[in-house]
Amino acid sequence: MHEVHLPAEPLVVIQPSNRWSILSFKDIWAYRELLFFLTWRDVKVRYKQTALGAAWAILQPLFMMIIFTIFFGRLAGVASAGIPYPLFALAGLVPWTFFANAITASGNSLVGSANLITKVYFPRLIVPAAAMLAGLVDFLLAFVMLVVLMFYYRVTLTVQILFLPVLILLTALFSLGVGTWMSALNVKYRDVRFALPFLIQLWLFVSSVILPSTSIPQKWRWLLMLNPMSGIIEGYRAALFGLPFDWPALGIASALTIVVLLYAIFAFGRVERSFADII
Amino acid sequence: MQSIIRVQGLGKQYQLGDASAVYSTLRETLMDLARKPVRALRKNGNELSTIWAVKDLDFEIAPGEIVGIIGRNGAGKSTLLKILSRITEPTLGRVELYGRVASLLEVGTGFHPELTGRDNIFLNGSILGMTRREIEQKFDEIVAFSEIEKFLDTPVKRYSSGMYVRLAFAVAAHLQPEILVVDEVLAVGDYAFQQKCLNKMQDVSTGGRTVLFVSHNLGAISRLCNRCILLEGGRLIASGPTANVVQSYMTSGLVERPEYAQPSRRDKAMNLLRVALRGADGEIRSDIRYDESLSFEFVYETSQAVSGTSLGVMVYTVDGTCAFTSADIDAHAELLGVREPGTYRSRVTIPAKWLNVGRYTVTVALANAMSGVVYDNVEALVFQIVDTGTPGSLNGIKRPGVLQPLLDWETIREVRG
Repeated sequence: MHEVHLPAEPLVVIQPSNRWSILSFKDIWAYRELLFFLTWRDVKVRYKQTALGAAWAILQPLFMMIIFTIFFGRLAGVASAGIPYPLFALAGLVPWTFFANAITASGNSLVGSANLITKVYFPRLIVPAAAMLAGLVDFLLAFVMLVVLMFYYRVTLTVQILFLPVLILLTALFSLGVGTWMSALNVKYRDVRFALPFLIQLWLFVSSVILPSTSIPQKWRWLLMLNPMSGIIEGYRAALFGLPFDWPALGIASALTIVVLLYAIFAFGRVERSFADII
Repeated sequence: MQSIIRVQGLGKQYQLGDASAVYSTLRETLMDLARKPVRALRKNGNELSTIWAVKDLDFEIAPGEIVGIIGRNGAGKSTLLKILSRITEPTLGRVELYGRVASLLEVGTGFHPELTGRDNIFLNGSILGMTRREIEQKFDEIVAFSEIEKFLDTPVKRYSSGMYVRLAFAVAAHLQPEILVVDEVLAVGDYAFQQKCLNKMQDVSTGGRTVLFVSHNLGAISRLCNRCILLEGGRLIASGPTANVVQSYMTSGLVERPEYAQPSRRDKAMNLLRVALRGADGEIRSDIRYDESLSFEFVYETSQAVSGTSLGVMVYTVDGTCAFTSADIDAHAELLGVREPGTYRSRVTIPAKWLNVGRYTVTVALANAMSGVVYDNVEALVFQIVDTGTPGSLNGIKRPGVLQPLLDWETIREVRG
């Protein structure tokens, strides 16, 4: 028999959790490799199962751009802040598509992983997070197309492009917040699956994807600020095309992102304990 | 010696009722709120009937012990494993674990049919708690153990069920946690491979690792475990050397049950509803005469169209030896095709004068041979074949053997004396 050295303190203590206890970030860090593998699985399976594979990441925003250009760019003659409308639309559609796909995937992820959740332990937050990160891979692919279009229109980059990583992080965190919240709600109310696509359709129209926020009358613009996606998408355009940043909108978007994310983690943590018993 | 697992006053309470009623729709909640606002808000556990799946459990396990957990269905074994694997939270009490835990409640958890064997080794290994480096280091060993080298780059959806199980076991067998929690997973796979896994698990224990093992197979428990815990009604009723505990389980724990039922569940693709044992006269009973036939009747439902599925029945003697196995697809391969959603009833008859006198337990499994998914695997019935003049019982002593068939002998006198 081997000599066994046991730690003085237990590695794990299992006991009924406190109503207000929140997630253990140490635990999530310990499972970071699983997060990687689940993301990798999602990406790999998606590209394998579909005939067009990775092309979907590009086709989705591309066709939306073409349709928007035909209906809004030409017919409506929307003022697109001096930017050619296709470029204007695509710069909004690429982050929007990421957000829409990420919250759909995260929102359905937990219910879809019931088999895993009832059989093995890991911090459950990894499930919606992996779904969101898999969307980030698509986002980066679609972004390449945006860069190509920027070359085509000979956009000159400014120092503001350095702000891009912050915007991507903000989009990812906001998607994670909304997606995580939806995934927790979905466990209890299966209505989420049907409500979410509808919500996303409506949300698109108030996120400055089709029209710049400046096309909205000044007195209503504060309302738009309450939607973080609007501020974030305008932020992308500012960073990419050297337009002035709307700092109040970005500031509110960042603050709301943090609020939504914290609330989502709290709501998720409360549902987390009973997942295996409900699913 | 210091314990590696310490369980104190552990209890888990479940709410009873239709499983589908646990999650509600938004409409129901809103209606509730609109109709009876006060009651909807005040609603708590007291209104619903509850059950303690495990209660007042206290035990400790020393490092390197292999402990078997035995007990009848519903005794709380699975709940205990789920708490120890941190899948579900206890309602009361505390568990201290002084080592890394890996749980194996199912083979191939998280396997993705579209991914190749190679990819699934990494995915499954990671889900079971291995680090990427560990998987890389053990990769060749896992592949060799699984005996599927040739199909490593084939998606697992093209694997036979045997290959699938081998690969899944190979990954699990190479886990290196200090504590390994294993549910009745050895029930699948062929015998030779089961033995290989049992041996590998024994290696695990000699490496100083602690194993908790739940099984209905008392044979496997006796071979593997040096200590056993017997649960009954969620409480620990015996703990000690395997031979003693298995003995007391066999003599006291088995109450005959000619019927088994469980609630309808829409969240499972296939769900067993009822099993009944009928004597030759069609009556439901658990005492069957040696000279009468008996039949098992099954009612199950499918909530969605499934294919490649089978209903299997395994009859065990009380010491855990499998007397025989039979499945509805054995003589009706067409059942492997699609089973449309609905309720099904099937029946199989065991001839008279066939099984020897004694007690038998009947395990019923609903499984998908293609994907390896087991929808249900329950120890449904316990029955007894009673002596009514079996061939060997003339002098009151039971003959050895699981079967006691009355065979037609031919004897002729060849040479005149």
